[in-house]
Amino acid sequence: MSFYAITRATLEKDIRLEWRSKDAINAMLFFALLVVVIFSFAFDPTAEESRRIAGGLVWVAFLFAAVVALNQTWARELRNQVLDAYRVSPAPANPLFLAKALGNFIFVGALEALMTPLFIVFFKLRAIGQGWELVPIALLGTWALVVNGTFFAAISLRTRSREIMLPLLLFPISVPALIAMVNATTAVLTGEYSARVWTALLLAYDVVFTVACLFLFETVLEAE
Amino acid sequence: MKRGITILAIVTALLLSYALYGALIGAPTERTMGDVQRIFYYHVPSAWTAFLLFLINFVASIIYLIRRSTKADILALVSAEVGVVFCTVVLVTGPIWARPVWGIWWAAGDIRLTTTLVLWVIYVSYLVLRRLSMSGQTPKIAAVLAIFGALDVPLVYFSIWFFRTQHPSPVIGAGGSLDPRMGQVLLINWAAFLCLAWLVCWTRYRLEVAQRQVEEAQALESLLEGSR
Repeated sequence: MSFYAITRATLEKDIRLEWRSKDAINAMLFFALLVVVIFSFAFDPTAEESRRIAGGLVWVAFLFAAVVALNQTWARELRNQVLDAYRVSPAPANPLFLAKALGNFIFVGALEALMTPLFIVFFKLRAIGQGWELVPIALLGTWALVVNGTFFAAISLRTRSREIMLPLLLFPISVPALIAMVNATTAVLTGEYSARVWTALLLAYDVVFTVACLFLFETVLEAE
Repeated sequence: MKRGITILAIVTALLLSYALYGALIGAPTERTMGDVQRIFYYHVPSAWTAFLLFLINFVASIIYLIRRSTKADILALVSAEVGVVFCTVVLVTGPIWARPVWGIWWAAGDIRLTTTLVLWVIYVSYLVLRRLSMSGQTPKIAAVLAIFGALDVPLVYFSIWFFRTQHPSPVIGAGGSLDPRMGQVLLINWAAFLCLAWLVCWTRYRLEVAQRQVEEAQALESLLEGSR
């Protein structure tokens, strides 16, 4: 099978499983909803204030919710030794990683699409800058979270208490990405400065870590 | 081997006491900051030593991934542990100095502060991973994480660099020349700190080797007992 065929097969399987069980997306959605509600009680800002803080709130909520989905990425493959079977098969490791990362990208993207209207309602948001610029920022930011998240979820499989291990590994490495997406979002919402530099930084982060993940994933998969 | 450590320990003790004398008495008092500035002789050498140790950790991790040598793995572990200790010294002495001089404990927009903090956080998570990892593959996944951490550092640096251009904040006095006597004391302190780091790393290295030998022997023993 080609690289593309393996990626597609794994991705389709994951989406079908998720569509039927809705394990990850339900937990993630409810979790993100709780975060939004708690934030709205904790801050209750005016429209002007919320423009300044919303970038941070939105991305922190998405980061926390993404961890819920990321933790389940590999759990499914542990049951019935699917991962071991994959390891002994002649299929290369990278398509598996890519499919998992794309799957998480779709799940977290769907979450963001569903949660953004809620944020707008709860925090009375209206962008002063170019609203459409939020789309590339959201795409790049989501990829930044899930590419490393998928990778570190595979690493934390090899540890005790793996659910808590993932955020411990993911958050420190994600600091530059988080700074970039929060500032880019704030730039668009307040319209005070350009989001271009931040988007470029986010793009650089995505490229660097996508390459690193593809280089090193095989080492992690073979570690047993 | 043992004699080497003893000699290094004596040299370190002598250097550290001379460096302490230099920092507290020998160096001239800074004109505007006063005696508080003397913390600089501990702060800066610790930072340089910590960065050097993190660099060693990165190189050792790459060597481990290529050659799978146990020595490189132990070196990576030891340098990360000692590096975190020196980095902690940097993060503790920094605010003590900043409070009287800048008037604040912490400047979130400052590039060096924040980069050092993120570096510290990354290496603490590296040590947590090593501690919690359960399989015999700890060295491999730890080496992978070390590479991710090292890739992250320039990105952190740039992100805070952009950040600062928008959020002006106090910056550590850029420019201005250092009194040559101050520079001398600084270098002696750095030499002393390097010796100390070397000494601790060496001792810790030997401890780790011994510990692994004990573990291996115990595993072998239980295996033999099981077959009996």
